[in-house]
Formats: sequence, C-alpha cells, structure tokens
Amino acid sequence: MIGDFADLLERLAFTPRRSLKLAHLAGYFAATPDPDRGLALAALTGDLDQRAVTPSLLRKIVSGRVDAELFALSYDFVGDLAETIALIWPGGADGRDVPLHALVEELQNTPKADLPALITARLDGLSPSQRFAYLKLATGGLRVGVSARLARQAVADYGGLDLAEVEEIWHGLTPPYESLFHWAEKGPKPVSAALAPFRPVMLSTPTDADALAALDPADYVAEWKWDGIRVQAVSEGGTRRLYSRTGDDISAAFPDVIAAMDFDGALDGELLVRRGDQVAPFNDLQTRLGRKRVSAAMLASHPAALRVYDVLLWQGRDLRPLPFAQRRAALEAAVQTLDPARIDLSALLPFDTWDTVAALRAAPHDAVIEGVMIKHRASPYLAGRIKGHWFKWKRDPMLVDAVLLYAQRGHGKRSGYYSDFTFGLWDGDTLVPVGKAYFGFTDAELKALDRFVRDNTVDRFGPVRAVRPEKVVEVAFEGLNRSPRHKSGVAMRFPRISRIRDDKPASEADQLDALLRMLPPQ
Amino acid sequence: MPPNPPPLITRPEGLYCPDGDFYVDPLRPVPRALITHGHADHARAGHGAVMATRQTLDIMALRYGADFTQSRQVAEGVCRIGGVEVSFHPAGHVLGSAQVCIAGPGGRVVVTGDYTRTPNAACAPWEPVACDILVTEATFALPVFRHPDPQDEITKLLSSVAAFPDRAHLVGAYALGKAQRVIMLLRAAGYDAPIYIHGALQKLCDYHIAQGIALGDLRPATVARGKKGDFAGAIILAPPSAFAATWAQRFPDPVISFASGWMMVRARARQRGVELPLVISDHVDWPQLTQTITELDPAETWVTHGREDAILRWCEMHQRKARPLRLVGYEDEPE
Repeated sequence: MIGDFADLLERLAFTPRRSLKLAHLAGYFAATPDPDRGLALAALTGDLDQRAVTPSLLRKIVSGRVDAELFALSYDFVGDLAETIALIWPGGADGRDVPLHALVEELQNTPKADLPALITARLDGLSPSQRFAYLKLATGGLRVGVSARLARQAVADYGGLDLAEVEEIWHGLTPPYESLFHWAEKGPKPVSAALAPFRPVMLSTPTDADALAALDPADYVAEWKWDGIRVQAVSEGGTRRLYSRTGDDISAAFPDVIAAMDFDGALDGELLVRRGDQVAPFNDLQTRLGRKRVSAAMLASHPAALRVYDVLLWQGRDLRPLPFAQRRAALEAAVQTLDPARIDLSALLPFDTWDTVAALRAAPHDAVIEGVMIKHRASPYLAGRIKGHWFKWKRDPMLVDAVLLYAQRGHGKRSGYYSDFTFGLWDGDTLVPVGKAYFGFTDAELKALDRFVRDNTVDRFGPVRAVRPEKVVEVAFEGLNRSPRHKSGVAMRFPRISRIRDDKPASEADQLDALLRMLPPQ
Repeated sequence: MPPNPPPLITRPEGLYCPDGDFYVDPLRPVPRALITHGHADHARAGHGAVMATRQTLDIMALRYGADFTQSRQVAEGVCRIGGVEVSFHPAGHVLGSAQVCIAGPGGRVVVTGDYTRTPNAACAPWEPVACDILVTEATFALPVFRHPDPQDEITKLLSSVAAFPDRAHLVGAYALGKAQRVIMLLRAAGYDAPIYIHGALQKLCDYHIAQGIALGDLRPATVARGKKGDFAGAIILAPPSAFAATWAQRFPDPVISFASGWMMVRARARQRGVELPLVISDHVDWPQLTQTITELDPAETWVTHGREDAILRWCEMHQRKARPLRLVGYEDEPE
C-alpha cells in the first residue's frame, strides 16, 4: 500500500543511523506482500523501469491548481519539488489506500498525453505524505538517504544472506524480485538469468605521502590514474556488455568498444577517448556519455578505447581470488590477443621508493593523468571499498583565488542558507564569472558566507543575490575544459571553495589569464 | 479609510504610533512600549514605561528581573494614550499574549503580535478584533504550511515512546509557551506519568501552574538521584539549544524530537538532526492567516515579519491592499 511505503520513506528520511535504517527496511520487507515490497526495493535501488515523469511535467500539473508565484516562493523555501507539491496540493485525502503496484502499473501503462490527468486525480486522493511517496515513485529519483547498496544489504539482512552473493545475482533479477524474496525466505537461490552480468567492483581509498611512509614499497605496484570513467567490460557466451562502476549498462553508447571485446571474460579498466596514442581530455569522453545512439561522425571523431588494469574472469575461470600479481600476468597475456587500438594495458610504473612515486605523481607526462594508483601485490579482487589493498593518490587540485559575485539559497539540508556561489576572476578591470561552487566549506564557513551575502547584497534576481565584489575565496578544482557555453570560455571540474581568503583584498584576486593558462593543450 | 498621516510608522526602533507617542514590541529600548507577549524578540528589557497584560508583565519580570522597566501598567479595558485609545485582546500564542488594538482619529489598527487560531490549553484563545488596518505576522505564510492537528502529533510521540521503551525521548520546546503546550497536549492524550524538564523551563512552568494551568507531575531532568537508565522510556523537555550541550549525554540513546511548525519541511528537521519531528506551531498557518484576513476584511493588511512575499501575492490575487513593513529583528521562532 502506498501508505506503508510513505511511512517507510518518512522513517528512512529521519533515521540517521544505518543500523536502524536497515531495521526499518527489513521490517517493511517482512510486513509487505509481493509485488509491492519488490517494487519498493526497485524504487530504492533505482531499478524501477519507469517512464520518467519529468520535473517540468510536475510543474505543469501543479500550475493547474496553484498560483505560479506562490508555488515558486514555496519551492524556494522547501527545496524539494516532490515535497513542495505534496505539501501545497490543495485538499485532503479521500482516505483510501492504494496498492503500490496499481500506482506503478498505471504510470507505466498510461499514454504520455494522459499522465497529467492521471497524476492530478491521484494527488487529489492521497494524503500529503502519500503524495510525497507517490511523486518520488513517479519521478524515479528517490533520494531518501538510502543507497542502492544499503537497500540490497537490507534484503540480505532480512534473509540472512551474504551481500556479495546478492550483488552477484542482482543484475540478473528484475522487479518485483519475487525470486529474491523467496530465497530470503529460505527458498532456493535464484539462478542468475543475466548473460554477462556485472560483478561488484573493487574500489580504492585515498592516500598521501604520510600514509604511504608506513608501507613497504616492495609490496606494491603503481599505475597512472587516467581521467576517464571506470568500466567493467564483460563478454560471456556471445553477450557483451560494458558497465559503469555502479553497474549501469552503458553498452549502447560505446558500440566501438563493444565491437572490440573479442574475448570471453570480464576486464576492469578505464574508458577513454583515444586517438592513436593520444588520450583525449575527459571533456571528449563526456560528449560520448549518456547517448542512446552514436553517429558515425561521432565514432570517428571521438573514438573510445579501454585501458585495462585487471581481470576478474577469463575463459570461464574466476580469477578474483588470485593475488594481484597472478591476475596481472593473466591480464598481460589476455591483452596480447586483443586489438591494441581499442584495448591496451595500463602500464606498471617502475619505482623503488615512495619518493619516486611522489615524483611521478608530481610531473605526469600527460595532462589526462589525475594521479597514481597503488595496489598491493597480494590482494585478491575484493568487492567494495576495503582499506589496505588499493589506494589512489590524486594529484593536488588546481587553485585560483576568485571573487564572490552571486549567491543562491541552497536546497535540501542547506535550505535557508545562501550556499551556492558564483565567483569570478579579473579580466582587465571587470570581473568575469568563471564558475559555481556549493561545497568545500565547513558549516562555520557556510554561516560566515551566508552572513556576508545577507549583509552585502546589492541586487536581487528572484532567488539569486548579487553581492558586493569584496569577498575572496580560494577555489580548488580537478581540471579545466574549454566550454563555449560559459562566458569565460572554460568550465571547471568539481570546483569547491577550499578556503575563505579574508586576508586578500578583491583587487588581488587572480586574473582570467592565469586560469586560461591551466587549460590542457588543444 | 486609513488616516493620513498613517497611524503607525516604522522607525529603526520598531513600529511607532505618532498619535500616542509609543512603540509596539520595539526592538530597542524606548520611552514607552506596548508589548504583545513575553518572547524575547518582542519583549525586551530597558524601556522607560511598559504596558502589557498582567501575565506578560509577570513573565518579563521572571526573565529580566523586577526592574526590567522604570514603570509599568497592566492593560485593562480601553485606555487613552495621547490621541488614541488602546485595548489588548487575546492572541492565543502563549500565556499572556495579546493583540493590540489602537483606535485613533483615522480608524482602528490591530497589531496581532504572534498569534494562532488553533486552541491551546496553556493560554486564552485568539479573538477576532474588527479593524481598518490589520498588522499581521507572517512567520508561516507559505501555502505549504498547513499545520496538522497537534493532538495527532502527540500521538506520534507516544507511539514512538511505546516502540522504543529503552530510549529517552528528548523533545525540544521553547521555554515560554511551546513547552507548556506540549505538556498540556500530553496530558490531554491521557499521559499522566511524570514529565522531566530541563532547568531552563522550571521558572516558566511554575508560573503557568500558579496561573492555574494544570501541567501535572513535572520533575527536573537531573541524574543526581539516580542512574542513567532511569530515563529509559521517559519524555524529557528541553530548549533545543540544550541538545548540543553535554547536558544531553546523560540520557540513554535519546530519540531527538522537536516541536515546531518548521518540522513540516523535511530538510529543516534533518538540518537539526531531528529523528522525530512534531509539527506543533504557535503561529497562524497559511489557511488561518488567509481566513483571518478574509473574515476581518480590513481596508489594508500590513505584514510585520516572516515570509511576506507570499501573503502579499495572495492579497494581490484577492484585490486586497497590503504592504510589507519589513521589520527586522523578530526571530522565526523565539528562544
């Protein structure tokens, strides 16, 4: 019933403790019949195949009932679209509870043109907390403080199952997961129906020179950390799939890589755009991502390639329990058989001491390298982020000192605070906006910035305030791309406010030229 | 029609009545002040003369000491001050809270102070006062604020106490008004076990009891007499600021709760680390505010503080004359 699901979301939202969240979820799975519990699970893991009800459609629906300006003011305050609509929707519930599956099915089966009428009628019948749950379900993005992994952990807990086993078969299962719940209730383990399934990936933890000093360099290998995206390339029984590290199937966007996966096994590596030996900046890869179809022109101008660094399975054999050194030998042999234009090997870096690694990291030979990876020679391939096996030592971020220009009130946890900042650099005697940042600062710094914005507002544009150009902030970022969509011509990656420079007058902030010089060569 | 010059103007000190030469809820010390209620952002110490209800004067003396003002006058009936007649009428917000009605040559102005139309067993109920100009608060003036029945929120608290008998329930509630309201709601729900209170609530709870508000068995939330486990399953009321202090460490695995109208918005509750939000408000919500304007039908509505943009928009949509006073210095909810 939507009422129970709404109660669950409410509990999850306000329960900070992981163990209690798991208990709430397990309690829900125990008390809720199929198929509703499986649909709820799919909603939480992001696997509910819902034709997306878009935010703009929801805005259109609510504009039929509520004045646009009153809605905008409310949304600005509440910060979450579904919650705003749930609270502002006029009228009360009719008191009838509706099964989750009925709501999901009708959303899936209703022609797009009829969705507004359907959703309007449903909103009229539901209570505010049910409206919230319904809208979260309809839009797909739950964001209720539960990760897909935590939801799967809850199923494992509920049935006394091993999480790794659940994850291994997960990609062969589909909502409403009746076979999974049957297994959890002492039924047989479902046979994974998926061909070429995703395997949980091994993740690294950050490190630095101090932490490495305690380790023996002889036990480790080092590789470049390329600035692409982590993928798992699986080819089994004639089925080929390319997965992101979260298990999303991104095969459709990379037919060139799929065509080159002429093997039987599962490889772990970095997806890059590569022209001959030249690895292209992340920006080029970005244009290939998220496409349902790729044009021939795009395939020619932005050729994708894999740089592999591990092997999980090879010709039917599971290599994951083997130590890294043995997997590496198998990987090197495997790559020999593949097209080097599409799949090549991530090189091992020669080093004897951590100082050598530090020197390599400080001066990589290629701008698309974002640090070094350090891996223990004896480590098996382990699912998840388990400390002590794989480390990433990223290069230092790039820094500029910029001047705050605009601020916007934050959403969610930050509602009520000015927490989204636009900053600029000097171009002659004018300040040109170069980016936006909404994290990096501490809670105390957020309060100080919020206070500064309120005390130094010179203009307002809706929720945005222009401020006196007097506050200098140090902005750290991971990379820089050319971008015709930005006034400055560049776009920063992961910009964040790393420091408030109260010691610096605005006139001493950096020049735009200084930023442009940080661009990778064209 | 409103007179010209206006019966009330804004000055840096606050809302000023030229015909009577006094301020209403001034933000700084002034020679003559009319005070709507005892919350610290409305009732400040150091004025020359204060007029307020008997209970508000008592509360100010409790909070600031007997010498909080040079002279004081209990508001009773209709009283002439300079060129105007003033009277005080219950606002339903907290004990002693009142709306101030100012009748002058140009008509009647009602300054609501903070008010709610939801019944509150800890104070006298709000009364409608006819006026030409309604000067209203707008703390919860957004259409998303439709506060639920407070008794249902107390049911949520009691269910949680039943579900987690080993945990203490720490309910954040401001010392004046909200704390006593929550206690009265608990008593109305049939909860007659002792309720534990933080030291900061003691004086005002005692005053409520002296004024005939039957708060029942209240005990100090101290561990001097017992062990930590004594508070398992208990309800403890404290000002929200106490949760960040070491004071809170004495309770077994506490459930953090907060009684406030803001608890309707999830992000607000999460921001405060609240596990059990209780939507209990001492202010008018959106339906009550629009209903009040509609029923009183003033020629003009002035908005003192809060989310004025939305109510101004609503007035515009309903062809009602309205203007913001943008008084700064009133808190969203008083400490």
